[in-house]
Amino acid sequence: MKKTSKKQEIKKVFSKDPGPWNFYSRAGNKYFLMDWIFKKILFISGVSIFFLVLMIFIFLVLNSMPSIKEFGFRFFLSKSWDPVFEKFGALPFIAGTIFTSFLALLISLPFSLSISLYLGEFSKSGFFSGFLKNSIELLAGVPSVVYGFFGMFVLIPIVRYLEIKFNIEPYGVGIFTSSIILSIMIIPFSASLGREVIELIPQDIKEAAYSLGSTRYEVIKRVVLPYAKSGITAGILMALGRAFGETMAVTMVIGNSNVMPKGLFSPANTMASLIANEFTEAVSRIHLSSLIEIGLVLFIISAVFSIMGKIFIHKFSITENG
Amino acid sequence: MESDILRIENFYAGFGNSTILKNINFSVVENKITSIMGPSGCGKTTLIRCINRLHEFSPGATFSGKILLRGEDIYSINPISVRRKIGMVFQRPNPFPNMSIYDNVISGYILNGIHLSREEKERIVTTSLKKAGLWEEVKDSLHRRGTFLSGGQQQRLCIARALAMNPDILLLDEPTSSLDPKSTLLIEQLMEELKQTITTLIVTHNISQAARISDYVAFLYLGELIEFGPSNKIFTNPENKKTEEYLTGKFG
Amino acid sequence: MDNKNISKRIFKDRIFTVCVTFLAFIACLPLLGILFLIIKNGASSINLGFFIHLPKPVGEEGGGIANAIVGTFIVVGIAFLIATPISLLTGIFLSENRKSRFSEMVRVSIDILSGIPSIVIGIIAYLWVVKPMKGFSALSGGIALAMIMLPVVIKSAEETLKLIPYSLREASFALGVPYYRTVLKVILPTGFSGIITGVLIAVARIAGETAPLLFTAFGNPFMNFNITKPVNALPLLVFNYATSPYEQWHKIAWGAAFILIIIVFVVNILARMISKKWKVTF
Repeated sequence: MKKTSKKQEIKKVFSKDPGPWNFYSRAGNKYFLMDWIFKKILFISGVSIFFLVLMIFIFLVLNSMPSIKEFGFRFFLSKSWDPVFEKFGALPFIAGTIFTSFLALLISLPFSLSISLYLGEFSKSGFFSGFLKNSIELLAGVPSVVYGFFGMFVLIPIVRYLEIKFNIEPYGVGIFTSSIILSIMIIPFSASLGREVIELIPQDIKEAAYSLGSTRYEVIKRVVLPYAKSGITAGILMALGRAFGETMAVTMVIGNSNVMPKGLFSPANTMASLIANEFTEAVSRIHLSSLIEIGLVLFIISAVFSIMGKIFIHKFSITENG
Repeated sequence: MESDILRIENFYAGFGNSTILKNINFSVVENKITSIMGPSGCGKTTLIRCINRLHEFSPGATFSGKILLRGEDIYSINPISVRRKIGMVFQRPNPFPNMSIYDNVISGYILNGIHLSREEKERIVTTSLKKAGLWEEVKDSLHRRGTFLSGGQQQRLCIARALAMNPDILLLDEPTSSLDPKSTLLIEQLMEELKQTITTLIVTHNISQAARISDYVAFLYLGELIEFGPSNKIFTNPENKKTEEYLTGKFG
Repeated sequence: MDNKNISKRIFKDRIFTVCVTFLAFIACLPLLGILFLIIKNGASSINLGFFIHLPKPVGEEGGGIANAIVGTFIVVGIAFLIATPISLLTGIFLSENRKSRFSEMVRVSIDILSGIPSIVIGIIAYLWVVKPMKGFSALSGGIALAMIMLPVVIKSAEETLKLIPYSLREASFALGVPYYRTVLKVILPTGFSGIITGVLIAVARIAGETAPLLFTAFGNPFMNFNITKPVNALPLLVFNYATSPYEQWHKIAWGAAFILIIIVFVVNILARMISKKWKVTF
């Protein structure tokens, strides 16, 4: 537009987002007020969510302070968790969490990948895929405590039986059992995400590969999976994040032992199951504060995972749109 | 005596740094059909959206000049009243999908919280649907949602909805471009009948449609008003060379 | 030579197909296992008395889970009342402000909130409600559940509203309807079914949550309608009874788990039915 060569003034309307209220000031009517109030209310609810998360973080930090001041960084390296002598170290639980979660991820991966591929590539409609889809959705809806219940009365006896057979201490409970339960729980999660991601792959890329004579296995291996890489990674991250924070099912089958797990079959505790076990019985201020500090760690880990997952999904949608 | 119901004076409009409409000046005569035509991108839709103040919803919208409705500058009064006095029908029919046909017609009142008595509602619905030529087809299914209607019927529903507000002017933005020829003809006949009670301003890229129905024609090209006048004059003896070229299909 | 190569590739492909299909369906077995087990063990505990009676002390036969059922409704109800209005408003805010930097911040906050382990939410509800109130309460449990519900409903509301075409808004503006009325009386009603679905799915989710209630609602052997006092809930009862050493309590836990699963499934199915039936097409 030619700038001021025109004699008329161009009334520049500045509107960051579309809305009729910019002109109301000239007329002055009640709709200006109502729209303005409405828009402010919307804004305030957005702010309140942001504020909520911020406050959660701040309160966790504030209430962890006694423990942070007392133990500092040793908190994460110390193996002893002793309410009697008020010495608290989180290493056993960090270890427990990491072992169970990664093992669960490993176990679940072939299954969720297969489900994603089956639903995304092999059979998009039909009786069996419908059955599979519904099963996965139902699995996702089962409450955690019910999984734990199942774990207690089905898995533990089985694991105990296996342990006896292989001459291992027959606790029945332990890292292995919780990993299995965890893996069942996270399968629907990563399967759905994986399926969406695979379905989004443009048809023509696959067709090009097929027309060159590739088998389906080869197309999947060389085209689909590399293309969906960031999306699948996002799914993995989110499944892992979920596994880290899972509480009830784990509490019921992990054995609730506060020492460093010696091996795959030893009873242990994760950060989440520890909190579930001890929070209501923690009497001393420092005990509670240590538990809350563990909660803070969980918060930070989950936040990191969420953000990373979002970044990967964003990356995927960028490759998607070229 | 024909009077000017709408006068557009020295009107400019645009977005951000680009000016779409440049120095538009013409008048719309009451109870006549005026069509605005021109090739794609000439600014016809922008112009019509300025008349009912829909243009300012777009981010970075700019404008200057005057649009006088019965002598009153619409940019100096409350936009809500402007939009209630000027009805609009869009290119693609957009009836409210969660409302019945009955409610769609009087949606202007419902959504604005204007209370009507039962008799008033019945009267407005019947009259508007009859004026829009849709009454016979829907009178038995007034309380069903309008999604089962065909494109042409939906568009007539939108016309009824606009008419129900009893506007001074009816704006139509390429109302038949997404419709089949039969519905198009129906709506054109409708506009001819409506002429007696309402002033119509129609945007069209279809030259033959403009020739069929309009009394006056404004020809826009690249945001400028090239020519304006009675349609029989424009179509038979245009003054401007560009107009002639457009009408004979040399471009657009 | 070529043929040998091709048949080798085809063989790999077949094996792959078999493996994938096999694994995919094996993954369904746990679901069948769980359902089968719960129905088998749970259904036998179910009788009318189960719903009406309160739990009996250990050693006495009978007893029911009435207080847990009522308690679940109470905490879920509180969560619903708190979370729904804020979620709706925020969902509208996000769908009306798609590109602004602030709304991106809000979206990130929602993602973070949805990833927070529910036990940590329980800690927060403890710090914010239980400590000041100097006691456990249904209210604190409801607040914890509300925080879990928020991201679910907000996301679903935003997605639903984003789908609504701009042309509906224009039609409303052209009729002289101001912005706030357009949102409240055109956009929201049009998106109603999608929003209700989101709410129902969120409700099904929080009905099964145990961790946030462990130190908020806490549990209560008696019936309690006072929201400032502790209250029992189905998932809490399942947890407490299943981990107890008493055989009778295990039986009750199976029954409670059965009821819980039925509630969760019914609400989910309801959500899907509503989503299909009331779907508004453009």
